[in-house]
Amino acid sequence: MDKQQNDQARAYWRANIRLIAILLVIWALVSLGAAILFAVPLSNFNVGQIPMSFWFAQQGSIIIFVILIFVYAWRMNKIDRQFGVEEREEDQS
Amino acid sequence: MSTEAWTLIIVGLTFAFYLYIGYMNRVRETAGFYVAGRGVPAIANGAATAADWMSGASFVSMAGLIAFLGYDGAVYLMGWTGGYVLLALLLAPYLRKYGKYTVPDFIGDRYYSNTARSVAAIATVFISLTYVAGQMRAVGIVFSRFLQVDILLGVIIGMAIVAFFAVLGGMKGITWTQVAQYSILILAYLITAVAISVKLTGIAVPQIALTFSDIAVRLSELQVELGLKEYLAPFQNFSLLNVFFITLALMIGTAGLPHVIIRFYTVPSVADARKSAGWALLFIALLYTTAPALAVFAKYNILNTINAKPVEEVHSIGWVQSWAETGLLKLEDKNGDGVYTMTADKETNEIFFDRDIIVLSTPEVAELAPWVVGLVAAGGLAAALSTAAGLLLAMSSAFSHDIYYRILRPGADERQRMIVGRTTIFVAILIAGYFGYKPPGFVGEVVAFAFGLAAASLFPAIFLGIFDKRMNREGAIAGILTGLIFTMVMIVLIRSTRLLGTSEPILDSFLGVNAQGVGVYGAILNFIVALVVSRLTSPPPEEIQHLVEEIRVPRGAGKATAH
Repeated sequence: MDKQQNDQARAYWRANIRLIAILLVIWALVSLGAAILFAVPLSNFNVGQIPMSFWFAQQGSIIIFVILIFVYAWRMNKIDRQFGVEEREEDQS
Repeated sequence: MSTEAWTLIIVGLTFAFYLYIGYMNRVRETAGFYVAGRGVPAIANGAATAADWMSGASFVSMAGLIAFLGYDGAVYLMGWTGGYVLLALLLAPYLRKYGKYTVPDFIGDRYYSNTARSVAAIATVFISLTYVAGQMRAVGIVFSRFLQVDILLGVIIGMAIVAFFAVLGGMKGITWTQVAQYSILILAYLITAVAISVKLTGIAVPQIALTFSDIAVRLSELQVELGLKEYLAPFQNFSLLNVFFITLALMIGTAGLPHVIIRFYTVPSVADARKSAGWALLFIALLYTTAPALAVFAKYNILNTINAKPVEEVHSIGWVQSWAETGLLKLEDKNGDGVYTMTADKETNEIFFDRDIIVLSTPEVAELAPWVVGLVAAGGLAAALSTAAGLLLAMSSAFSHDIYYRILRPGADERQRMIVGRTTIFVAILIAGYFGYKPPGFVGEVVAFAFGLAAASLFPAIFLGIFDKRMNREGAIAGILTGLIFTMVMIVLIRSTRLLGTSEPILDSFLGVNAQGVGVYGAILNFIVALVVSRLTSPPPEEIQHLVEEIRVPRGAGKATAH
C-alpha cells in the first residue's frame, strides 16, 4: 500500500468513526439520558397526554433507534462512494 | 366453530406451511447450511432476524411484564432494541466483510489462537443452550393451554417441527421459515392490540392511542387509588442505578448474542448488512412499540371490569369464567362484602392475575372472533419455534464448524462436515427438548446469564478486534476470561438462593447493581484487562493487522467469501 492510499484509508476510517460517534451520542441521549438520567425533570413535560420521559422510555427511544440505523446505512454508503471503497458488482457473492 | 377447533386448524395450517418452506429450501453444501449461501435479501434477513429475536417469552409475557412494572418495564423495551444500534454500527458490517461462518470463527482468526476460538465456541454453546430451553418450554405451554394436550407431547411436536426444517435446510431453511413465522406472529399481535385500542379509545393505531388518549393517565391514577405504584412515574420498581445498568447490560448483551450476529453473514454485501439491521429493528419495533400500549389498555380494561364490581356481575362475564378455570386469574371475596377489591396488600387483595394473561386473554376480553384466539396461539408458537431454530443453528455451527472442523479435524471434507453439522443440531434439539419438559428451577436466571455473559465476553472481544488494531491474542483471552468469570460468579452470588439453595443471598448486589445489570461491570472489566494486557505484550503479527485493515473497508467482500 503506497502512502497516498494509506492516507485515503485513514481518512475513510476517521469519517466512519465520526459518523458512529455522532449517532451513538444521540442513541445514549434518547435512552440512557431522556428516559433514565433526566427522567424525573422530563416528567414535568408532556407528549400528547403522557409524560415526556415515559414517552421516550416506551415509544420515542425505540423509534429513534430505527431512524439512527437507517441514517447510518445511508450516510455510510455515501462515504463509501466518496472514498471509492464501495462494493462492486463482482464483490457480491 | 369452537375456539379449540379454530386453534387446531390455524396451528395445523401454519405448521404445514413451515414444513413446506423447510422442504423447498433444503441444502447440500456447507455455505447453504451455515450462511444460506449468502443470498438472503436485506429485508428478508431483517424479518428473519426479528423472528429469531422475538421469543415465545417476548410474544406472550413481555406486555404483561411491562403492565406490572409500569415505567420501569422500559429496561426491556430499550435494552432489547437499543442493542441493535450497537450491532448495526459497531459489528454487523465488519463481520459481514470478514465473511466466514460463525462468531468463534472471527475471534479465533483475529486472535490467531485456537484457545480464543474454543472459549468463544464454548460461550456460544452455553449462551444458546440456556436460552433455548425456555423456548421449548413456551412451545409446550402454548400446546397444553390451547389444545389441551400434555406438555410432553407439545414439546415433542415442537421438537419434530424444528428438527425437520433445521436439519434439512440449515440456515437457508431456517431463514425462509422465520420470514413466514414473523408474518404470523406480528399479524396476531397487531390484530389483538388494534382491537383493544379501538374498543377503549376509538383510535386504531395503538402507539397513537397510547400517547394521545387519557387511558394511561387514568390507569396511573387508578393504581394510586388502589394503593399500587404509580404507572407513569419512573423508578418505582428499580432504582435509577439499576434501570441504567440493566438497560445497558441488555443493550450490550443483545449486540453480543451469537445467534443474532450470525444472521448478518447471510446477506450478499456489506451495504446489505447495514440496511438489514435497520429492517430487523423496524420489524422488531413494530411489536415493541405496540407492547406498551397493549399493556396499558389490557390492564386498565381488566381492572375496570373486575375491581369494585359485585361478585355475581363479574362471574357472568364469559372470559372471567374461562380464565378463572386456568388458575391464571384468581378471584376471592375475602372480606365477604360481595364486591371484588384490588389492594396492594397480599392479605386483603381479592384479585390476582398472572402476567401472561395480558396478551393471551385480550382477544376474548376485546370480544374478537374465535379464530383470532387461534391466530394468537399460532403466533406464540411461531415466536418460540423461530427463536429455537436460530439458537440451535448457532449452537450447532459453533460445535461442528469451530470445534470439530477448525480444531479437531481440519482435514474433514464437505460431506463429513455436513453430517456432523446435522447430527449436532439433532442432539441439541434433544437436549433442548429435555430442558423444555423438565426445566431447571432457575428459568428466570437464564436471561440474566445469557445477556450478562454475551455482554461481558463476546461483545468486547469482537468490538476490540475491529476497532483496536493493536489488540492481540493475550489481551483478548485475558479480557474474555475476566469478563466471563466475574459475571458468572456475581450472578451466582446475587441469585444464590435459587442457584445454590442458600437461605439468604450471599451478595445483595454489586455496588448497588443487581444480577441483570452486573454484565456491564463484566464488560468494563473485560475492556480494561484486554487493553492493559495487550499493551504489555507484543503486537499482533503483520498479517492480522492487514486483516483488520481489510475488514474496515467494504470493497472486496465477495473475494473474502470465495471458497
